[in-house]
Amino acid sequence: MSGGWTVGVDVGGTFTDFVFLDERSGRVETAKVPSTRGREAVGFLEGLDAAAGRSRSIAAIVHGTTVGTNAVLERKVAPTGVLTTRGFRDVLEMRRRDRPWTWGLWGTFTPIVPRDRRLEVGERTLASGEIREPIAPEEVAAAARRLLELGCRAVAIVFVNAYANPTNERRAAEIVRALWPEPAFVTASHEILPEIREFERTSTTVLNACLQPVVGSYLEVLERELGRRGVRAPLSIVQSNGGLASAADARLRPVHTILSGPAAGVVAAVRIAEAAGFRDLVTCDMGGTSFDVALVRDGAPTLAAQTALDFGLVVRAPMIEIATIGAGGGSIARVDAGGILQVGPESAGAVPGPACYAAGGDRPTVTDANLLLGRIDPDRPIGGKLRRLDVEAAREAIGRWVGRPLGLDPLDAAEAILAVANARMAGAIRLVSIERGHDPKRLVAVPYGGGGALHVGALVREVGLEAALVPRFPGVTSALGCVLADWRYDQVRTLDRPLTQLDLDAFDAAVVELVEQGREWLARARASLERTRFVLEADMLYQGQTHTVAVPLSSELELVNGRTGLDRDRLHAAFEAAYRAAFGRPLAGVPVRLLNLRLASIGERPRLDPAILAPGPDASIERAARGGRPVRFDGRWLETRVFDRLALPVGATIPGPAVLEQPDATVLVEPGMVATVDRFGNLLIRRGGDA
Amino acid sequence: MLDPVTLAVLQGRLEQIADEMDALLFRGAFNPIIAEAHDAAHGLYDAATGATLVQGKSGLPIFVGAMAFAVKAVIDRAAKVGGPSPGDVFVFNDAYEGGTHLSDFKLVRPFFRDGRLFCWLASVGHWHDVGGAVPGNYNPSATECFQEGFLVPPLRLVEGGRLRREIVELLAANSRLPIAVEGDLEAQLAALELGERRLHELLDEYGTATVEAAFGELRRRAADLVRAHIRELPDGSWSCTDVLDGDGIDDDPIPITLTLTVRGDRLGFDFTGTAPACKGPLNISRATTIAGCYVALKHVFREVPANAGVLEPIDFTIPEHSILDARPPRPVGGYTETVLRLVDLVFRTLAMAAPERSNGCAYGTINALSVSGHRPDGRRWVMFTFFGGGHGGHPLGDGLDHGNAPISTATIPPVEILEAAYPVMFTQWALRPDSGGPGRHRGGLGAIYELELLAEEAEVFLFGDRGRSGPPGVAGGGPGAPTRFKVLRADGRVEPAQRSKLTGIRIRRGDRLRLETPGGGGWGDPRERAPAAIERDLALGYATEAGAAREVRA
Repeated sequence: MSGGWTVGVDVGGTFTDFVFLDERSGRVETAKVPSTRGREAVGFLEGLDAAAGRSRSIAAIVHGTTVGTNAVLERKVAPTGVLTTRGFRDVLEMRRRDRPWTWGLWGTFTPIVPRDRRLEVGERTLASGEIREPIAPEEVAAAARRLLELGCRAVAIVFVNAYANPTNERRAAEIVRALWPEPAFVTASHEILPEIREFERTSTTVLNACLQPVVGSYLEVLERELGRRGVRAPLSIVQSNGGLASAADARLRPVHTILSGPAAGVVAAVRIAEAAGFRDLVTCDMGGTSFDVALVRDGAPTLAAQTALDFGLVVRAPMIEIATIGAGGGSIARVDAGGILQVGPESAGAVPGPACYAAGGDRPTVTDANLLLGRIDPDRPIGGKLRRLDVEAAREAIGRWVGRPLGLDPLDAAEAILAVANARMAGAIRLVSIERGHDPKRLVAVPYGGGGALHVGALVREVGLEAALVPRFPGVTSALGCVLADWRYDQVRTLDRPLTQLDLDAFDAAVVELVEQGREWLARARASLERTRFVLEADMLYQGQTHTVAVPLSSELELVNGRTGLDRDRLHAAFEAAYRAAFGRPLAGVPVRLLNLRLASIGERPRLDPAILAPGPDASIERAARGGRPVRFDGRWLETRVFDRLALPVGATIPGPAVLEQPDATVLVEPGMVATVDRFGNLLIRRGGDA
Repeated sequence: MLDPVTLAVLQGRLEQIADEMDALLFRGAFNPIIAEAHDAAHGLYDAATGATLVQGKSGLPIFVGAMAFAVKAVIDRAAKVGGPSPGDVFVFNDAYEGGTHLSDFKLVRPFFRDGRLFCWLASVGHWHDVGGAVPGNYNPSATECFQEGFLVPPLRLVEGGRLRREIVELLAANSRLPIAVEGDLEAQLAALELGERRLHELLDEYGTATVEAAFGELRRRAADLVRAHIRELPDGSWSCTDVLDGDGIDDDPIPITLTLTVRGDRLGFDFTGTAPACKGPLNISRATTIAGCYVALKHVFREVPANAGVLEPIDFTIPEHSILDARPPRPVGGYTETVLRLVDLVFRTLAMAAPERSNGCAYGTINALSVSGHRPDGRRWVMFTFFGGGHGGHPLGDGLDHGNAPISTATIPPVEILEAAYPVMFTQWALRPDSGGPGRHRGGLGAIYELELLAEEAEVFLFGDRGRSGPPGVAGGGPGAPTRFKVLRADGRVEPAQRSKLTGIRIRRGDRLRLETPGGGGWGDPRERAPAAIERDLALGYATEAGAAREVRA
């Protein structure tokens, strides 16, 4: 890596986080500034300006962003049109025939592109790839001109069965691009997702199209302003799959950045834990409104094939699988009509915020409970936005909304709120671990976000996890992930053939083509890479099933004379092994089908030595000690020691109860647990020690 | 008395056990009806009565009410054969005792703790094929259950931990898809084992007495919650009648009548006046009737937990030997249509009592369409799919377009998957303009599905309803458009609109089938509809001038 600072920037809903890394000197610095919602570039640049001394020698900027996600959720995307096959303009609006909730029929759905901007043209490709009706160029051009008249800035072209043969769609895209004003925000479905299933492909293509102008102009402003500041460093973006893409690529395929920030957090957790010797993890990101959990097995996060940003807003692209529940610091506690205490999913958000913010919110939240029980210092609020938290307001809110209805005093009510919140978070961890057949005793929790480290002890106890590993900078983990992530390009190709009829020449040719495209993509990134590797996977199933199994074929694919070396027997054996792992036993004598090929092209960056995050030689327990205060556990106030976490030296051992404070987070070591500072500055919290 | 924290935690932990069983079966099931459409459910049931203690959140809504009856049937059966023993699992599909139809296989397992029967665990899943006259078991011309599949009374499938292979072989031998039978059965057994393990862990952690106390407390609170909701309704009595198109044998309408009575904190569902059992497969058992009402109530009182307490404040009057009290061997394969009509009646009578709590009727039919033929090499192909329609308008807005049936959460297969698997080409897959029932908030739109046959010839079955009249609106809202089905011959002939249950139609290459599904009923007086909403509907083509003119005339 060349000299200068590598800067990781994560723009979240409340804060924009920075990690500055200078590998040569081994210096790491962090910063946190308030986000400027709606004008995200402003917060980004202000934060960078605040670090003025460093901005002169920036070598690379890596960015995690939720600009795209927010634009979709708030429906602030560019006016977009859809061109599709005659008879199919409502695919986007009809979804897969579903409803938002199992119970209750009061749902509504507003498609991201209204019906009058979805136009049909005569054309038809069959599932076999045979073209039954070619496009009429003049009709396509007329439809595109009509979309321009309607004020569209972007257009999605989605033809039925284009996954099987994109000829019609490709020709239509050429015609539209030729007449669309520059920059031509045109996305054809076979370019973004050449995979069977028209609704998922339509939704993904449309979201990509409507985000191109949004993400494009955001990145353009950033690059221009960076240039004006004399920063010439390349800008890259973390994608939902946890890998990097260039800013130019993100402009073209913005739909792949939808979970950018959360994915970066998981990447950081994986790297930090790996260095510390842990490869099986649950990452626990607790922010103001949500608790996000991801499972990591053998050093690799689980990937999901698709997600829904909201009801009916489906994105199909490989992404780190993150389970989210509405349980964060701002989650509201209430007693329901049946007399049962509930916490979340409603949140007080950042505005008005918890009752203790004294900013107009009078409903009790998880943060209020933590405050009342002494776990948070009212004089040291996280993030530095507020000067002081109002303990009495928290007591009043908890007493009124939870204590009185349940017949508990406010302190017992606060403990009850935490117990229910912890139980919900524990449930989310069980969902991604135990429910998928993974033994929690072998998993280490990696808590981050503002609140993760406050609750992780309870989660270790409740779920029976091995330990918790608190990163040195839990509050800026996503920004750290930006500077640690590898480059990654995911591709898919639908083959849909019975294994017995699979043409191995065609199979190999398809793989070779994907590998070549992957290689070109990585070359275009012009990043300094330590090595590249290709991961090949197939979606396979038994004939008669509709749900596929992801079958790993090679984690380091090597082509020899344009051949993969795979044959039907090996594909069959790989499928059976994957099926056995997922469902216990394969089924004898049932024909097997290969639906999709998937290739991930990965460009590995030089590994960072995580020891550079470790505390310096001047750290000592004495210097870290901040006295103590009473904290309530299980109905008893215990005198609890308080430390400045960042000043603790390597090897320090702190038995619970203890509170470890740092600017971006608070770590709670429960009674009966013990925390140790490892050689990278992480805290390892385990059961055992003084009760 | 249980402390409120433990109760709240146990509520979540118990639900999670059922959820986990659901998740395991969804992943492990062989057949797509379970794996993709999630036509399955799991729960914990009372040791003595079979009453629902806890039910998962992701199971099929209709099973939530029906499973208690299935467990009760096993309890009665077990009593006759020496009582249940640890490690037993019972299997059956008898719809008269266990509810729904023969395709739904129930596996029921006693759970012992400290040598005593503590509760029951049960798993139900829709198997792909259970014999009978037609593949997939939707037989519109069935007049006895024997034409719908094979009937299994509660049998001890696993005896003290030992699987009786001969029963598995008997079940598999009677299915057209024996591999699916074995695959699904294995997955259901695995789900029950998982539930057993998880419940033991929970009892180890919290103690048997505490969990038992939580069962009682959760039930009491569910009942309290429902009573609180009922008290908010005005006292009184409201009656409604609706019809099914016909039973598939005779083309005569079949009336179903519901009288809803509110007295303080009790609710009465009285079906006096409902038609006697019919020849065709639209009969449902008493268990299914109660389950259908439960589903409708859960849609209105959404946050009420799923346990037997919900039914405590409710009295049912179901006329004996009516279409809602089917006895063997009446055919029951089309239970979905009858249950959907019950759901409609509950929405309509509740709307009479409290219009702000209810919504217009949803499209009210599953419209099961089967197109089948033989490939050039002689192999049989069967495309069998349910289609969607509009949901009713509601106090917050217009109904959802193209939703799934209220008793299900199943999604529709993509066009491209259907075209890749079968020799058909869809020529239209669109919203159906003017199909939403008029109202201050109109019903959601139904859909138009049109497909062309690419093979030489094929045979068509349709099992649907709502062809006679569209889904009614409530609170002054009008009905959605009814079901329309046409065959468009390649030579230009159009076979006139027919009603909703058709068998054995032969089509040839180039012929098209066109199914137009109902929109939802409207909510509130159409004259109160916002002018902007009317303009938007016209501008976007959700409604047409011609459609609006028809409405004015009507």
